[in-house]
Amino acid sequence: MSTSPSPLLELSRINKSFGPVQVLRDVDFTVTAGEVTALVGDNGAGKSTLVKCVSGIYSIDSGIVFYDGEPISINGPRDAADRGIEVVYQDLALCDNLDVVQNMFLGRERRTGLVLDEATMEELAAETLAGLSVRTVKSLRQPVSSLSGGQRQTVAIAKAVLWNSNVVILDEPTAALGVAQTGQVLELARRMADNGLAVVLISHNMNDVFAVADRVAALYLGRMAAQVPITEVTHAQVVELITAGRSGDLGLPAAGSGDDYGLNGARG
Amino acid sequence: MSTHIEATPAVKTVPPPAVSLGGHVRGYLARVRGGDIGSLPAVLGLLVLCVVFSIVRPTFFSPGNFANLFSQGAAVTLIAMGLVFVLLVGEIDLSAGFTSGVCASVLAILLATYGFPWYIAVAAAVLAGTVIGAVLGFLVAKVGIPSFVVTLAAFLAFQGVVLLLLKEGTNITVSDSVVVAISNRNLPPVLGWVLAAVAVAAYAAVQLNRFRRRTGRGLATDPLVVVLIRIGALAVALGAAVYVLNVERSLNTLIASLKGVPVIVPIIAGLLILWTFVLDKTPYGRHLYATGGNHEAARRAGINVDRIRISAFVLCSTMAAVGGIVAASRDHSVDPNTGGSNVLLYAVGAAVIGGTSLFGGKGRARDAVLGGAVVAVIINGMGLMGYSSGIKYVVTGCVLLLAAGVDALSRRRAAATGNR
Repeated sequence: MSTSPSPLLELSRINKSFGPVQVLRDVDFTVTAGEVTALVGDNGAGKSTLVKCVSGIYSIDSGIVFYDGEPISINGPRDAADRGIEVVYQDLALCDNLDVVQNMFLGRERRTGLVLDEATMEELAAETLAGLSVRTVKSLRQPVSSLSGGQRQTVAIAKAVLWNSNVVILDEPTAALGVAQTGQVLELARRMADNGLAVVLISHNMNDVFAVADRVAALYLGRMAAQVPITEVTHAQVVELITAGRSGDLGLPAAGSGDDYGLNGARG
Repeated sequence: MSTHIEATPAVKTVPPPAVSLGGHVRGYLARVRGGDIGSLPAVLGLLVLCVVFSIVRPTFFSPGNFANLFSQGAAVTLIAMGLVFVLLVGEIDLSAGFTSGVCASVLAILLATYGFPWYIAVAAAVLAGTVIGAVLGFLVAKVGIPSFVVTLAAFLAFQGVVLLLLKEGTNITVSDSVVVAISNRNLPPVLGWVLAAVAVAAYAAVQLNRFRRRTGRGLATDPLVVVLIRIGALAVALGAAVYVLNVERSLNTLIASLKGVPVIVPIIAGLLILWTFVLDKTPYGRHLYATGGNHEAARRAGINVDRIRISAFVLCSTMAAVGGIVAASRDHSVDPNTGGSNVLLYAVGAAVIGGTSLFGGKGRARDAVLGGAVVAVIINGMGLMGYSSGIKYVVTGCVLLLAAGVDALSRRRAAATGNR
């Protein structure tokens, strides 16, 4: 699938502080439809904060968010959802006692009059899963409690896709999964991008990033160190961007800004 | 990495393979082994108890005693039905028993002291329950006091309210014929048959229509045989019950004829259908289950979790009011003990014995009816055997503990097999 020239979601010079702690500094970040953009960074680099700013859970202090070229303001989760921005959080937020269809439509049930329209919901859920070529979930009517970790992740992702979403942000989707299930979830992320969605993959795992991402963005202590096509960087360079904020001529300027704790020096 | 592109997303999924009767039974057995036991312990317990009591005391197995079971278990069953909602969202209402007492007192005072017509007194009693539930729910959901503490405090306070309403323990007689009829009169035999036929026909229509619609749209369904067996089972059970209840129960027909389905039966059946519909078929019911299963997930899905929790308490106390009205009707009077002593524990026991989980997220309206039947059979059978109330309390306590134990163990089993 070809890369569309203009980004779907573009963050420009985003700042966010919690009291005296500045978590995000002048962060630029672009997300393009049809691509998987990996967002990497060490613990505390600001990945989660950035995602929460995009999804409307946090308000930004300064900066502009462009959606499809238009500046927008996101004042709450509703605004983000209305734009088709969905986040799949690490803890998935599924109800174990409900089945797959019930979870996928939770809070936005289809109804005819007063009554739930189970048949339509089941069809739409099946359609969504089929569109993502999911074959691991056998019965749509089994409780989520009986699913494996990978299947749960699949259901959570399908739930996000169901709502005509345009941007799907996956927060560490493979952190708790085994090898085979990780493969399934990564394939799913790839397929969503191939279906035209903009996918953001937050990950610690370089193998995942290189397996599936088109573009990688590395956060380093609240600043965007670099956002480059995956083909232009090596494994080692990305690791350097994460740990030191720069790698060769990529990344943040070498001048020590006082908050890099000597990491630059340590890594040469 | 796979870059396989879905050119045309499959709009129609492959129709699921038809499940055979054997497959359906195997699937059910697998679920039971996996810890999803549902109402099975209640049904088995009910059968065992009935067989044992029938052997030991043949009078247990008489039409007269069968009719007695309904009026004995009705109030507890109705209160348990309300408790199912509170238990579903993972809370508890320890005050439901005395809530029914307060509401019954309101009913009796309006009828006897102020002479209001029955419909106003009944409406006021139900409204009193609704208000109590709203207050309890507000304290739990909005103020954030644990429901155990809120309702324990209410348990004590309402006991006092009943005493205050009844002027330190007088006994108010309820003589309004309509209210008394609720627990003491029977339907004409013909009406019993008509209602049973309507119920079976409606059930069959709903089930077959659902089967037809789902197969028409290519969705998985239970096999037609299973659907037909269910309809048949309901027809046989209702037919047998109505037949037995229509047998003359009076010892001397010259004094009074006593036959027909007790009035309370269609009332319980109607509420059972109503709450089953609400829980299974409406978004509200779905949100109740979601709140009990994972309230954080429910919150993120945009469900107003606080409102759901308050509503559960409102429904619980309202149903407790209905239970109180039924109890007042049965005793022809209201006294400080109405809704007191063991009513609450019987009701919680009924819900849990029927299969409602004390841990939230699992339960159905019919659990209250099944569990209520078990409780009624125990009280009734042990009464026939002439045991003292001491032994009755001990046995009922043990049954409640057993039910809660089965609930906890089945959860463990389910966790081990990945069913929860």
